[in-house]
Amino acid sequence: MNPKNLAYIRTEMLGPEPAPLSTKTISGWIRANLLATPKDTALTVIAAALLLWTVPGMLEWLFFDAVWSGSDRSVCTTIVQGGIQPDGWKGACWAFVGDRFQQFMFGRYPLDERWRPMLVAILFVALLVPMLIPKVPRKGLNALLFFVVFPIVAFFLLHGNIFGLREVETPLWGGLMVTLILSFVGIAVSLPVGILLALGRRSNMPVIRIFCVGFIEIIRGVPLISVLFMANVMLPLFLPTGWTIDNFLRALVGVAIFASAYMAEVIRGGLQAIPKGQSEGADSLGLSYWQKMRLIILPQAVKLVIPGIVNTFIGLFKDTSLVSIIGMFDLLGIVRLNFTDTTWITPVTPITGLIFAGFIFWLFCFGMSRYSAFMERHLDTSHTR
Amino acid sequence: MTDHAVIAPSEAGILRSYIYDPKFRGIFFQLLTLITVVVVGWWIFDNTVENLARSGTASGYGFLRGRAGFDIGQALIPYTSDSTYGRAIFVGFLNTVLVAVFGIITATFVGFIIGLGRLSKNWLIARLCTVYVEIFRNIPVLLIIFFWYKGVLDSLPQVRDSIALPFNIFLNNRGLAFPRPIWGDGAWLIPLALVIGIVATMVVARWAKQRQIATGKQFHTVRAGIGLIVGLPFLAFLAAGAPLTFDYPIAGRFNLTGGTRILPEFVALYLALSLYTASFIAEVIRAGIRGVPKGQSEASFALGLQPSHTTRLVIVPQAMRIIIPPLTSQYLNLTKNSSLGVAIGFPELFSTTSTTLNQTGQAVEAISIMLTVYLAISIATSLFMNWFNAKMALVER
Repeated sequence: MNPKNLAYIRTEMLGPEPAPLSTKTISGWIRANLLATPKDTALTVIAAALLLWTVPGMLEWLFFDAVWSGSDRSVCTTIVQGGIQPDGWKGACWAFVGDRFQQFMFGRYPLDERWRPMLVAILFVALLVPMLIPKVPRKGLNALLFFVVFPIVAFFLLHGNIFGLREVETPLWGGLMVTLILSFVGIAVSLPVGILLALGRRSNMPVIRIFCVGFIEIIRGVPLISVLFMANVMLPLFLPTGWTIDNFLRALVGVAIFASAYMAEVIRGGLQAIPKGQSEGADSLGLSYWQKMRLIILPQAVKLVIPGIVNTFIGLFKDTSLVSIIGMFDLLGIVRLNFTDTTWITPVTPITGLIFAGFIFWLFCFGMSRYSAFMERHLDTSHTR
Repeated sequence: MTDHAVIAPSEAGILRSYIYDPKFRGIFFQLLTLITVVVVGWWIFDNTVENLARSGTASGYGFLRGRAGFDIGQALIPYTSDSTYGRAIFVGFLNTVLVAVFGIITATFVGFIIGLGRLSKNWLIARLCTVYVEIFRNIPVLLIIFFWYKGVLDSLPQVRDSIALPFNIFLNNRGLAFPRPIWGDGAWLIPLALVIGIVATMVVARWAKQRQIATGKQFHTVRAGIGLIVGLPFLAFLAAGAPLTFDYPIAGRFNLTGGTRILPEFVALYLALSLYTASFIAEVIRAGIRGVPKGQSEASFALGLQPSHTTRLVIVPQAMRIIIPPLTSQYLNLTKNSSLGVAIGFPELFSTTSTTLNQTGQAVEAISIMLTVYLAISIATSLFMNWFNAKMALVER
């Protein structure tokens, strides 16, 4: 075997290769990230064409051709439709949103009482912000104020009929205020109830386990709208004759039940991920069941599933918009109510209103998801490799 | 120390030992729960019976045989306002299934593309897909439904100004009208040929796999399958003498006559559900593919597999194991969200059932039917996906 006779062994040296192209410069970055292969180049061209085709028109519609001020439909309609815009005009009607902004926020809450929801909103922010910043001390007191004291104060402030405040019936509540109240109550109720349901589902007492599994699976198997509908139609049937439940409370009950079932499954995921040794360790220390859960298992389990919990919150926040189907006026409901208002009935009003409502929802949900990502990094105590 | 052993337990001691006995406590708490639930349940039942009796509502499911008396815009089976309530609810159920099936197919397709796009090395594509996901994931689906219904489909022209598309398809604010196929004699050959084609493809696939295991030779199963599944029915169509004519929609002044029409409500619901769920599916796909360790693709390249083969044979089968469970819950969410069609008047299950409820006042019965059907759909889907998941799951030694 003479290696020199083997055809696949190179005998001469290769020439020097040219230096690789830099990826640090702008042109290098473009080459690496936009034009790496012929396929990439084609995709970039198609995507750029798509953007050029849609974005300028969208910007024009949303901003440049939009109407920003005015007090009735004439500013957002063409001459043929009875307005002042030239024929063929198309654009967003932000004047409508500006005119109805207060209504979108507070619904039909009496005008001279609107300082009350404003005050509640200020209290809400004042308690929420220190709650969200990890460095601020006294989280326990803060949570107590936020989840126990604040709801009571807020209820009396909003509903009135006490301390000389005028009573404002719940059918007058509306707009973003209702969306936020529904989500807040849903979140505040679903977390503890969800934890209890999750513990019940993993309990070794068969009766309790069966009830919890049944509740969770039935609620998760049906759409939210049917749960709300049930709360709306069936709750009055279930109670003795003569008892009436406020419509708003019915929706609250429906939302809270629904959110609890979903929260229970998220928490269960966390409970299942905790090694059995933790539970055995707690037992060997002589802790009672509730001590074990409160001090050892739940802190670890809840921390593990924070992204899931926040996702449930986001889902809940979005799902509150469904109450508009059962005749309540949350943010989406109040925007829809205005579609039929003769002062502002124009071809562009509905879509402008929907875009506005969508933007508000998006702002809250996107904020929550960003905060959850931040919290995940903050709480991550694992030894990253 | 030994004192404890000799002291005989007092009566109070026995009682206390019962209180601290986990077994006894367990039974006690379970009994307590059971009694509470039974009492509350009985109280609710009693109140309901009394309330129903007071309002003079007859109970029972007999109302399902009564005349419905309301029209349904889109029915997959023959339905008139003279049909029964039971049939109306069934029509609604079929519409739910229709929108769910089309929605799931589209959402999966779009979700796959967006999910892969987010992982693309192409900066522009990855950014566009991220923007898509972040927009649609953070907006209520009901709002998206209204957006399509109010914003886009409302701006379609009136019937007399219909947009005429090729093949006699018309688009206007009453929906999309297209020619309705009418099958003549001998048309039964075509579905038969289709079934034969599918069976033959399965046989070929099995044979090809066995041959590849035995000899290592590959066979173009996909091409053969497409040939069998498309070609055989086409041959049958020709053999039967092309028994197909079309009922064309004709544009009148106020309405289109003939043809088949898809309601704008259906289009709005279908588009909204697909695009909304697609954003969630995209995240599921992305997480699944990122969940496959990098070493797998490196090993595959080291073996000399092409990138396309690496994706198809190494990455995707492993990613599917991570993807399937969350994908199932997304499919279920889409099916459940189809009940939001009621907000724009699409006659799906929830909508027809609540119309029935409003007309008959049979709240308990109507809601029980609705809940049972949704639960049945959920359970059936979960069972199927669990079976599929078990088939795909990693077989460990």
